[in-house]
Amino acid sequence: MTDILMPALSPTMEEGTLAKWLVKKGDTVAAGDVIAEIETDKATMEVEAVDEGVVEEILVEAGTEGVKVNAPIARLSGGAETKAPEPKPAETSAPEPAASKAEAKTEAPVKAEPAPAKTAPAKTAPAKTGSGERIFASPLARRIAEQKGLDLSAIAGSGPHGRIIERDVKDAKPGAKPAATAAAAPTERRGETRPVQSLQQMGIPEGSYDLIPLDGMRKTVARRMTDSFRDVPHFPLTIDLEIDRLLEARGRINKMLEKDGVKVSVNDIILKACAVALKRVPEANASYSPEGIALHHHADIAMAVAVEGGLITPIIRKCETKGLAQIAQETKDLAERARTRKLKPEEFQGGTFSVSNLGMFGIKSFGSIINEPQGAILSVGAGTKQPVVRGDQLAIATVMSVTMTCDHRVVDGATGARWLEAFKALIEEPLAMMV
Amino acid sequence: MDFDVIIVGAGPGGYVAAIRASQLGLKTAIVEREALGGVCLNWGCIPTKALLKSGEVYEQLHHLADYGLAADKPRFDFAKVIERSRKVAGQLNSGVGFLMRKHKIEVIEGTARLEKGTPAPKVIIAQKRGGERTLQAKHVILATGARARTLPQIGLEPDGDRVWSYREAMVPKAAPKSLIVIGSGAIGIEFASFYRALGAEVMVVEALSRILPVEDEEVSTAARKAFERRGLKFRIGATVKKLTKSKTGVAVEIETGGKTETLEAERAIVAVGIVGNVEDLGLEALGVKIEKTHVVTDAHGATGVPGLYAIGDVAGPPWLAHKASHEGVHCVEHIAGQPPKNLNAPIPGCTYANPQIASVGLTEAAAKAAGRKVKVGRFAFRANGKAIAAGETEGFVKTLFDAETGALVGAHMIGAEVTEMIQGYALAMTLEATEAELHATVFPHPTMSEAMHESALDAYGLVLHA
Repeated sequence: MTDILMPALSPTMEEGTLAKWLVKKGDTVAAGDVIAEIETDKATMEVEAVDEGVVEEILVEAGTEGVKVNAPIARLSGGAETKAPEPKPAETSAPEPAASKAEAKTEAPVKAEPAPAKTAPAKTAPAKTGSGERIFASPLARRIAEQKGLDLSAIAGSGPHGRIIERDVKDAKPGAKPAATAAAAPTERRGETRPVQSLQQMGIPEGSYDLIPLDGMRKTVARRMTDSFRDVPHFPLTIDLEIDRLLEARGRINKMLEKDGVKVSVNDIILKACAVALKRVPEANASYSPEGIALHHHADIAMAVAVEGGLITPIIRKCETKGLAQIAQETKDLAERARTRKLKPEEFQGGTFSVSNLGMFGIKSFGSIINEPQGAILSVGAGTKQPVVRGDQLAIATVMSVTMTCDHRVVDGATGARWLEAFKALIEEPLAMMV
Repeated sequence: MDFDVIIVGAGPGGYVAAIRASQLGLKTAIVEREALGGVCLNWGCIPTKALLKSGEVYEQLHHLADYGLAADKPRFDFAKVIERSRKVAGQLNSGVGFLMRKHKIEVIEGTARLEKGTPAPKVIIAQKRGGERTLQAKHVILATGARARTLPQIGLEPDGDRVWSYREAMVPKAAPKSLIVIGSGAIGIEFASFYRALGAEVMVVEALSRILPVEDEEVSTAARKAFERRGLKFRIGATVKKLTKSKTGVAVEIETGGKTETLEAERAIVAVGIVGNVEDLGLEALGVKIEKTHVVTDAHGATGVPGLYAIGDVAGPPWLAHKASHEGVHCVEHIAGQPPKNLNAPIPGCTYANPQIASVGLTEAAAKAAGRKVKVGRFAFRANGKAIAAGETEGFVKTLFDAETGALVGAHMIGAEVTEMIQGYALAMTLEATEAELHATVFPHPTMSEAMHESALDAYGLVLHA
């Protein structure tokens, strides 16, 4: 006996409407047969049988709304005597329950309650069901993809009817993250930003300006930022942090490191705190891909560095494993080489989370654009002395605003809030990073 | 604008391109100076197959005892053999005419030349029925084909009597008693095989170190042995110094490794390659790039001159009808704005001698020269049940797989009816099959094609019947 479960047709799908049954009790189905149609708010999709057997019972009637993903919808007898995989709660990757369905569905994430009702277990990846769309690829392309560790679902095929053929995978970069390729494939299509009217058409006469030709970096920044801002459903979360203890700790740390000639900046401590917070709230260290949500094993923190003619984001790899002295040395070296454009591609490509700091320019707060395929970016404002209320008393504290821009496909409002909570705790009591 | 597309030349490249253009809704005309179907259908592929069939059947008559049969004194009527071949060509020629009418393609009989025009060169046709016609189309496709290469300075020039090209060799008045074939490519070997089957003393002269030089070396070696068993003689690595004609026949002076020798025979066939038909078309004035008698094109047949394309033999090797048809279809679809279906299609090659030779993809030497590590599989027909039953145990199937990816890199076959089997491998290559799919495919028993399965298995040490 095999249960047919409600499939997740997209990584974010929680429930759907069982629109139509294409089989009835007593019908024999073979693996691959279309047995039902499911509607979500986005699309109607067909459900294929994974196993063969006879439909013993229809458990959910056609037309039922709000059928939870992984709920049994029908029962097959005969065929392989295996049970369809049980809906498992996510394991180590998501130790804490995420937002409830109600919370996730609310499009405005900026809710006051930091701890929403904790009901549903977090889902890590779409349930592997027969509803997964078939990927058309030649046997040779499949094998090369397997050998190189490429994700075929992220590759656009150039063969007949979009079939993936050898040519499409031969030169694909091995080890490319699914999300990265996923982002890259459509980018080719959308890389061309919308047709821009000439300045003349927009009323700016020729000769009234100097034209700086677009160099590679400017084109890349323009394309990536346009794509991200348009295609990633982003939202900001802002929080104030008191950094007096951090500044004090920094003073002591630097005294200790004086003899080594190393100087730890506030930003270095922020990077470290980000990394530790990402380990504590791993759902925020995530990338969206059509296959599922990638939860990264390490916090590879990209830091935005302004350089002549643009910006670049060198990466502190496995930042959570590194001490402040090492981070300080690395950031100094990376920033210097970024300014002289001597970074190697592997030093600025990838990364799982970004930090952009404009505090030194006195910017109070701002929201950055997500650096795809990362799930979030933190914008750090200036630390300034401000009046704060402690109990019912006014006091003075050095306050710094940070804004986390989240990709709503992977980091929901409550997840972002929990991450900021963890981050705030680390910044306001730097000793906590030791724990 | 008179037409969307004008195609110059109605061989297997041109007429197929015309049909595809018509299917795509393009108003199409085709210009032909001689006969619909081109060399392939009238003077090449098809009529030679008719001749070779006669030769093969006749040869079989001498082996009837092997099958428990007997017939008294097999004979042939050479005039009827030739007549049959011409009838076959004639039937197919009128078939192309029918196809042109069916697809509403205007056939213009005459000789075309091109002049500057927009958006494509103008086509000026000196019509067979008289008068000149000037036409402007959006696209012009050159499919003028090729002809036999001649070397008059050393006497390698057909005279229609004692020295033949494929054309004269197709319709002689009588079968020669002795024959020298110069060149051991597919054309030379097929005529050698045919005339040998009818009993002629045939000597094949090849300048390179082996016969059928484009084939895999193992196939060349096996082919030579098989032909020698049938009484064909070879001079390999032999340079022709001079061909002279006498009253009774020809004398061909050759040099092999410093030694000279004079071969004598009744007739000689010159089969030393082909040259593209690029003359008198006005191509130079248009600025069309021509290299070694062939028009230079990009992957879609574009010549660089706006609106002008070239396909088939005139656009370069391999000089094969099916390659021309493929290019014709591809070019027309490109013109119609469709994406390419198979830019790197593997082109099989077939030689219809007895035994037959067929191949697709890279030879072992070429694969190695390209730096590919290959796994090689072989299977001989002598271990194949159907081949034994049919008394056709000559030959083998050789397969090459990329050692890393398992991609089928090349396949080489020699034996009975292998030309009918090679498309199995061509399909596998086009679908980018690996050894796994070939191993998993069920081949019908008993067939000679089982050797194709076994060869693929053998490459991975899994051969079943050896």
